[in-house]
Amino acid sequence: MWQQLYAELKDNNFMVVAVAEESRGADHARPWIEQAQSGYWQLIDTEHRLEDLYNLVNVPQAIWIDEAGRIVRPPESAGSTDHFRRMDLATRTMTPEDQAERLAARQAYLDAVRAWVRTGEHALPADAARAGLPKVTPAIAEARARFRLGVWLRANGRAAQGDLQMAEASRLHPESWSLWRQAADLDEVGKASGPDFWKRVHALGDKPYYPPPRL
Amino acid sequence: MTKVLTPLAEHDVATRDGLWMSPVDAERVTGWSLKPEGMCRPDLCVPLPASALGANEVDVAAFWKKLGGPVVASERGDVWALGAPADERNAALEGLEAPDFTLPDIDGVPRALSQLRGRKVFLATWASW
Repeated sequence: MWQQLYAELKDNNFMVVAVAEESRGADHARPWIEQAQSGYWQLIDTEHRLEDLYNLVNVPQAIWIDEAGRIVRPPESAGSTDHFRRMDLATRTMTPEDQAERLAARQAYLDAVRAWVRTGEHALPADAARAGLPKVTPAIAEARARFRLGVWLRANGRAAQGDLQMAEASRLHPESWSLWRQAADLDEVGKASGPDFWKRVHALGDKPYYPPPRL
Repeated sequence: MTKVLTPLAEHDVATRDGLWMSPVDAERVTGWSLKPEGMCRPDLCVPLPASALGANEVDVAAFWKKLGGPVVASERGDVWALGAPADERNAALEGLEAPDFTLPDIDGVPRALSQLRGRKVFLATWASW
């Protein structure tokens, strides 16, 4: 997904780290990773540790980190948009206008990454970067612990008990699409984007699924 | 044996009545060691209530809750998870130093974010689901 960006910028002291939030394990992510033939790091995160550390709620989200290891942009939607919400579900197609807008938004995001790597543009001052961080609440912290427990129970032949923990995790942290969709996928591949997913998306109403980055 | 999951590891520990365990195991699981002042790390000690201290044992669940961290267990009570306290996560993020992590690549080779110091890093998630 990021290979072109990486190839263009790798000689500018730049690295892409793509982390698969994949509780089914490395073998499940392998076909995508092998097809991508990426020169950048492709890592496997079966327990969603990165989401715990960085307080993430969806994929793809990205964090920009400078040469000194400092966060210069908080977690943001990484090039994906909400146009999919208007697609025709019967044919799984978007209008040409929506497709064009979606591509343009993605392009604008990639251009922003390019500008940052080359000139430092779009890196936020500390106060602004901090202001963009969503707060971890005690409910979110408990949701992470329950999710971790659920993944372990599922991986150890206790699927029904694992599902209970994951359902509780989603109840505690309803804004996390990753917790809900990962649990659905563990139940059955494909369920993460099935009818229940669309019901949840519709229930968002005016709220975004992928909040646009404030570039 | 009881299984205890922490954000970065899992441990098999002898426990009774929840997460009462020896101070040696408590240190192995939490990274905090029992001293006269309470549970300590090199930089900090947290006093323990008398109700969380026994003869050569510590109630790790009570200690962890005192730290503000979530403590959850399987229905059978044989598997526990201790989560990172919300305040600890917020403080780490608000410091803006990107939290370090080590994760395996597709061949199982561990990679740490800190190995990339000196480069700009675009850190992005994805999933097959």
